[in-house]
Amino acid sequence: MESIIGEIVAKYNYWIYVVLMMIGFYAMIGKRNLVKKLLGMNIFQTSIILFFVSTGVKKGGAIPIVDKYQALAGGVDAATIVNPLPHVLMLTAIVVGVSVTGVALAVLQRIYKEYGTLEEDEILEKTQR
Amino acid sequence: MSATNLHLFVLVVPLLSAFAVNLLGRSSKQWIAPLVLGSLAFSVIGSLVTLARVVAHGTLRYTVGNWQPPFGIELVVDPLSALMMVLIAVVAFLASFSSLKSVEQELPGRESFFFTLYLILIAGLFGLVLTGDAFNLYVLLEITSITTYGLIAMGRGRAALSSFNYIIMGSIGACFYLLGIGYIYILTGTLNMADIARILPTLNAPVATATAIAFVLVGLWIKMAFFPLHSWLPNAYSHAPTGAGTMVAPLMTKVTVYLMVRVIITMYTPALVFPHAWITNSAVWAAALAIVCGSMLALGQKDLRRMLTYIIIAEVGYMVGGIFLANANGLTGSILHIVNDALMTLCLFLVVASIIYRQGTVSMVSMQGIFHRMPFTMAAFTLGAFAMIGVPPTCGFFSKWYLILGGIDAGHWEFVIALVFSSLVNALLFFRVIELAFFGSLGDGQHHEHTASERHEAPWWMLKPLVLTAALLIVVGLSTGPLVNNVIRLMIPIGF
Amino acid sequence: MTPIVSIWPLAAILVSLLGALPIILSDRQPNLRESWTILIALVKLTIVVALLPGVLHGGGYVFTIAEVLPGVPIELRVDALGMIFALVASCLWLFTSIYSIGYMRALDEHAQTRYFASFAVAISATLGVAFAGNLLTMYLFYEVLSLSTYPLVTHEQTAEARASGRKYLTYILGTSIGLALPAMLMTYAAAGTLDFTVGGILAGKASPELLALLLVLFLFGFAKAGLMPFHGWLPAAMVAPTPVSSFLHGVAVVKAGVFAIFRVIFHILGPETLQTANLGVIITTIASVTLLIASLVALTQDSLKRRLAYSTIGQLSYMVLGAGMLSATGMLGGVLHLAMHAFGKITLFFCAGAIYVASKKKYISQMDGLGRRMPITYLAFFLGSLSIIGMPPMGGFISKWYLLIGAIEGHQLLLIAVLLTSSLLNAAYFLPIVYRGFFAASPEGGEEGFKEAPLLCIVPLSLTALASLTMFFYPDVFIKLIRLALGAG
Repeated sequence: MESIIGEIVAKYNYWIYVVLMMIGFYAMIGKRNLVKKLLGMNIFQTSIILFFVSTGVKKGGAIPIVDKYQALAGGVDAATIVNPLPHVLMLTAIVVGVSVTGVALAVLQRIYKEYGTLEEDEILEKTQR
Repeated sequence: MSATNLHLFVLVVPLLSAFAVNLLGRSSKQWIAPLVLGSLAFSVIGSLVTLARVVAHGTLRYTVGNWQPPFGIELVVDPLSALMMVLIAVVAFLASFSSLKSVEQELPGRESFFFTLYLILIAGLFGLVLTGDAFNLYVLLEITSITTYGLIAMGRGRAALSSFNYIIMGSIGACFYLLGIGYIYILTGTLNMADIARILPTLNAPVATATAIAFVLVGLWIKMAFFPLHSWLPNAYSHAPTGAGTMVAPLMTKVTVYLMVRVIITMYTPALVFPHAWITNSAVWAAALAIVCGSMLALGQKDLRRMLTYIIIAEVGYMVGGIFLANANGLTGSILHIVNDALMTLCLFLVVASIIYRQGTVSMVSMQGIFHRMPFTMAAFTLGAFAMIGVPPTCGFFSKWYLILGGIDAGHWEFVIALVFSSLVNALLFFRVIELAFFGSLGDGQHHEHTASERHEAPWWMLKPLVLTAALLIVVGLSTGPLVNNVIRLMIPIGF
Repeated sequence: MTPIVSIWPLAAILVSLLGALPIILSDRQPNLRESWTILIALVKLTIVVALLPGVLHGGGYVFTIAEVLPGVPIELRVDALGMIFALVASCLWLFTSIYSIGYMRALDEHAQTRYFASFAVAISATLGVAFAGNLLTMYLFYEVLSLSTYPLVTHEQTAEARASGRKYLTYILGTSIGLALPAMLMTYAAAGTLDFTVGGILAGKASPELLALLLVLFLFGFAKAGLMPFHGWLPAAMVAPTPVSSFLHGVAVVKAGVFAIFRVIFHILGPETLQTANLGVIITTIASVTLLIASLVALTQDSLKRRLAYSTIGQLSYMVLGAGMLSATGMLGGVLHLAMHAFGKITLFFCAGAIYVASKKKYISQMDGLGRRMPITYLAFFLGSLSIIGMPPMGGFISKWYLLIGAIEGHQLLLIAVLLTSSLLNAAYFLPIVYRGFFAASPEGGEEGFKEAPLLCIVPLSLTALASLTMFFYPDVFIKLIRLALGAG
């Protein structure tokens, strides 16, 4: 038992992203409101972004972009520098996520115009009639 | 334009034309057709030249922005990606004739928006087959997906809702892929596919590598609508505007299957994937299930286009199963089937577009006696149907041949039986339609008079690419030998 | 002797395939359209006959169309066995074309252009089956034949035609995809080739169990041969116009099925391999059962065409039975019966069509006394019946003779009994028709006087009857070809 708790505490960042991911996943699958589904999708994406960001972090590592000269004073030593690449990648991923959200919101607007509601059950009822 | 970067221009020209279409097409519609067709014609020629060059001289590499790999993004053109480029260019080119016509009819006044998205989507697909970088692949995957969401949402009625469901499912797929890539990045510290392939075998982390590939595969499976993750596809493809369906249906799933091949062959190397018997066995069983269930679900449809969407799901099963048979015949069959299935689906969706253009619907009831009204369209449909059933010498037969042979080699009899079963069901499905179209209504049970319905063939503009596609089915079928020997063989890993 | 590379086999196939084009184009000028049909038939026959000497001298011809799969090209190869089928088919196609014109015009059928065009495609496919150099090529043309005959079977476009068409495709396509295709793939997986080779390609490469499985799959997979229980499509297909029934369901389609089985037994599985594994008994059992049941069912049919259809099912089993004996004489008889039966049966079908054209009668019970009004037709029918029954002086006698000798040589008493019983049954279902035609009293109020079908119907059926007679005296060409095909020189 001790060891499991220890394990969780030691890697708490990963556990947070797993929990967030599950929350997002639940919202996407379980919620019947389309906006909530979309929010769930955003949470899901965010959890993965957090996961990537946390992979780059090192305990006591310097951030090479904020204070470049100090961080690289002792030459390029991978152990003391936070890996910037995942962070840069996530900038792109955020852009992608925002675009998807934008498209999804536009689509939701069209759905609302068409059916006058964003509840999936009500929409399905209307389409079947 | 430097001749060595021709493959890059195959991607860039449609992309730039997309913006041109957006700018110029808004003021005057006349610009749209020449821009779309011109840029795609260029892509066809460029990709053919690239394929010839790659086959003759071997893999081409291009680094974006002059950052050397493994740090910079690398574009790699090996025989497989060159083949896919040709496929994408040809399918998009042929489909665009029909799309131009049906968009004009269905979405008047919105042509410029439609074709902006259309061209960006094609550019994205080119990007997907060119890239040699795992993260870049994710970005391109999302670019193609977002444009597809937009295209589908442009349809009428339930299209928006279908598109939204596709967004949710597609995003889950993309996120899974990204997660898998994250694991791989943690393991290897690189995102360049060739580099990953070099480093992975040196690590001793079987659980982590297997988890990573599982995430990547599940992500791609959602994107390609692999049964039972297929629920979004039938609605999305059958509610999309006709012009979007003709291009999206043949290409999207097939390119995603290509990505899976790429991930397995180039990034992970077969040696790391196939020894995991639980992965291969469950994938082949799932594929067999996909084939059987896709076929059965298709049986229940009352609309031709919906029926075709379920057949696509079955065909995805063919290709996934073929890859996980983990032998040369299966892999050859899968890659061959990517090409063949794209052409067959294109042929059938072009037929659907032509019929919808003339009579507004492809419900089974409306197909009665259509042979008499649109004989050429239906002749092409018959040929497409034969290819789907797998009648030689149409191309569908030969890929099925390799797949079944692969199944026999691997001892996966459930897959062999599923393939044969699906051929039989396809025969049933298509002959039901052909029968309706040939006989018309037989309410009186007496000799049927055919003077009632006048001949009303689709416009030449839609008919010509259709006839060409139908002819391609046979031409490609008869050139299976050279295709396999000169292109696909090169991609089969050694010792396989 | 090595085969000569030649484009002529391909030309023989293409001439009617491309010929469909001018036929479609001259849609509005029936005379021109029918001239095309006759011209194509003549050209085709000429090419096939011109190929004959080369085959008789032992070389044959070969032509590769495309390299599609490793070790399995799409290839044409004219050998002795294929030559027999091609000769019969192209010769009878000429007669059928002439007959079709008379029949279709007399009945003023609709969609005649589609009819003649589909017919042209079907005969191409038939020659393709005959000239195929390996199993894949044969399968290819076999499927094309199935599909191109669908519009012919459903020509009437009535509800009945639709139901029959459905049955036709279900049986033919279902078995070829469901049984023959997997068998072909398993053969390929075991042997690595699909080339037709004298003596077979599976010797020593397959266990007896696999051989037995393949044999059964192939026998039923080529359902055009009408082996029970996959025979149901043939009586159903009788809904087609009579020229279609006579040529396709008397000659081309059904013989394509039998021919495919011959190819598989002689050149894929190999008679000796089958003999060693003692598998001939599977073939002979299936064939004997079909033979007897079909003959018995034929007795009960009142519709003339359906009776002929069941007779065909029975006679096809004779051929399969001969091949199944796996002895030189038996196989000779089986293959010879393919040719002999073709001439006899097509005569009978032509007669049935002529009776329908002249009197609109389809049922035997209505045909009392009809022979006195249509003496030429009935005489031809009589000759055709004799050939099928196997009585001299008709061609059918020779093939049945060899079959009987084969059974005696193999000391297979049961087979001898089957053959003799069946011949009696054949007589029992054919001769009453002739007897009633000539000697029974005409029904009350029936018309009297001489009334034959149009000349274009009468001439072909007389010629085929005569040909059947001639083949009793001159079977040499066929026998020589068969001996070549069986590798006996």
